[in-house]
Amino acid sequence: MQEENEDILEQITSSEYKYGFVTDIEADEAPKGLSEETVRFISAKKNEPSWMLEYRLKSYRHWLTMEEPVWANVGYPKINYQDIIYYSAPKQKVTLNSLDEIDPELRKTFEKLGISLDEQKRISGVAVDAVMDSISVATTFKEELSKVGVIFCSMSEAVQEHPELIKKYLGSVVPATDNYFTALNSAVFSDGSFCYIPKGVRCPMELSTYFRINAANTGQFERTLIVAEEGSYVSYLEGCTAPMRDENQLHAAVVELVAMEKAEIKYSTVQNWYPGDKEGKGGIYNFVTKRGICAGAYAKISWTQVETGSSITWKYPSVILKGDNSIGEFYSVAVTNNYQQADTGTKMVHLGKNTKSRIVSKGISAGRSNNSYRGLVSVAKNASNARNFSQCDSMLLGDKCGAHTFPYIEVKNNTAQVEHEATTSKIGEDQIFYCNQRGIDTESAVALIINGFAKEVMNQLPMEFAVEAQKLLAISLEGSVG
Amino acid sequence: MLKIENLQARIEEKEILKGINLDIKPGEIHAIMGPNGSGKSTLASVLAGRADYEVTGGSVSFMGKDLLDLSPEDRAKEGLFLAFQYPVEIPGVSTTNFIKSAVNEKRKYLGLEPLDAVQFLKTMKEKMKLVEIDQSLLSRSLNEGFSGGEKKRNEIFQMAMLDPKLAILDETDSGLDIDALRIVANGVNQLRNKDNAFLIVTHYQRLLDYIVPDFVHVLYNGRIVKSGTKELAFELEEKGYDFIKAEVNEATA
Repeated sequence: MQEENEDILEQITSSEYKYGFVTDIEADEAPKGLSEETVRFISAKKNEPSWMLEYRLKSYRHWLTMEEPVWANVGYPKINYQDIIYYSAPKQKVTLNSLDEIDPELRKTFEKLGISLDEQKRISGVAVDAVMDSISVATTFKEELSKVGVIFCSMSEAVQEHPELIKKYLGSVVPATDNYFTALNSAVFSDGSFCYIPKGVRCPMELSTYFRINAANTGQFERTLIVAEEGSYVSYLEGCTAPMRDENQLHAAVVELVAMEKAEIKYSTVQNWYPGDKEGKGGIYNFVTKRGICAGAYAKISWTQVETGSSITWKYPSVILKGDNSIGEFYSVAVTNNYQQADTGTKMVHLGKNTKSRIVSKGISAGRSNNSYRGLVSVAKNASNARNFSQCDSMLLGDKCGAHTFPYIEVKNNTAQVEHEATTSKIGEDQIFYCNQRGIDTESAVALIINGFAKEVMNQLPMEFAVEAQKLLAISLEGSVG
Repeated sequence: MLKIENLQARIEEKEILKGINLDIKPGEIHAIMGPNGSGKSTLASVLAGRADYEVTGGSVSFMGKDLLDLSPEDRAKEGLFLAFQYPVEIPGVSTTNFIKSAVNEKRKYLGLEPLDAVQFLKTMKEKMKLVEIDQSLLSRSLNEGFSGGEKKRNEIFQMAMLDPKLAILDETDSGLDIDALRIVANGVNQLRNKDNAFLIVTHYQRLLDYIVPDFVHVLYNGRIVKSGTKELAFELEEKGYDFIKAEVNEATA
């Protein structure tokens, strides 16, 4: 950790959003706008079976009846859904026989992002599904994983190859009708990752998906589904970046996790979508629905998120604790700077007996940003002996930003124990001066202090990504202290 | 090493330092004493570069450089160390990690390679003995939940790690019991050599039983009104600050 801190100190002096480049590659796009035609277009592009098209159309029709939610503590001009391109696929050979055949431009793009699609060069122990705009361009280590029965592939492929699993689980945790953005996603989702861990298997490597938005005026609507059968274990990580553009782009994803009896899913996110410029121009609208279900007894789902990007973040990774003795965890660091807005938190729904949940949320606001924690802990009538502990800490840098906490607690069983702790602090001038007096300059001091503040969450990240995430925290706050 | 000439400083509109003159040479220990509110801690803060204070006149040269022209972090890296009266807490940042950052920032400034983990640990082990500080304390968050004595010992430990040319101890003795006082003083005495210097700011004489100063200065109302050897400290202890006040008031009357 010590050397790593050194790196952070180095990194903090480099500046701006590092991933703002655009790849010049020909794309196969749907015409702008959303209609049944668009939905059919996407489905046809993917050669989908009719049940999938039906699912999409049903979702689309439902979406038409819905209103965009306005309850979140964020503000943005009305989105014109007819002004978005719903499908954009980088053109490459239709079928790839091996990873060597990936378009060099695409390979270069992901290499620039630090993601090697070359299995030999890949850090061992991590398999990657790389998604650019609307499609998955490559998935590594598929063969090796299949030896132990783990399925890791793009969602499009899963629809073709594993229709029985998709039919069974898609929409089982997050129904299309759940909310405005899930209905939209269910209608137009174009790709994403599917993971299936068979009974009793401990997935031998980290699985990860790297999402990249490249094309202009497009939205990215990906879909992730992870199913962990009885007694299995998987750790999954997603990362995301996008070019710097003056227009806002919409990213509305749906993630569903299913953990059977004694299964464990650890889901980590390092979210670094383009946050917009210093004046708040551009950036990604990150409107995401993530939910997991502990379907069997002693199942465990753990969400860890480091949210530094996006101009607006709206997401509440949740756990439905249905199985008795199941466990849900949510660890979050959300950083907002300049004009970024974040309304994020979790829902822990206790249905089974002896279920436990733990929420640790660290919000860091700087500039003129607004950072809200919104969380629900609900204990159903039959969920005896449910336990929850929530810790929500906010840190403010400067006096023009905001930090808000909206905890909701609904308890219908009097054996429940629900604890909530919240703190708000500022980085003190005396803390900074103390660091200065030891030879540490102000920007490095801020990086040190916020990494300390966020430590409990950062410790939850898989080792391979913890360092990157620490640097990201520092970089996101660059220039936030006078 | 340090030459202060006619230094004047204020906080907001209040004049606190009204013309300080002080000359510190390598190998010397100077004590600054004085009643509450005389400007002792202000002097320490101004030298370290705390932004709350505005320097309104005078000059300070440190190792041949214009100290007032340097940022607080550069002053530190040039070899000026302040042991804080009230050390701050930084949650989640281990003391070890913090000191390592500080040590390597300084090394970078001096054009040296950063210490690797092994070298760092070795240095740390040596210095830990000096201030009788426990490893377990150093792996905890910086000063968080430390007792008063532990915080002060941690200051002296950091001083040992950073090996400054000039160390300013701002009321390091306040709130220390006699054992802690002895440990702190022991640390200072072992670190003392012909090339470094100490400026010890204290209200009481008792620390000076353990760290024997070469010079004692009395600060009153923003000025050094009397300088002498260690005997001056005994005199102050015996008579209190009132006799100084009386002398000054007489002279200005």
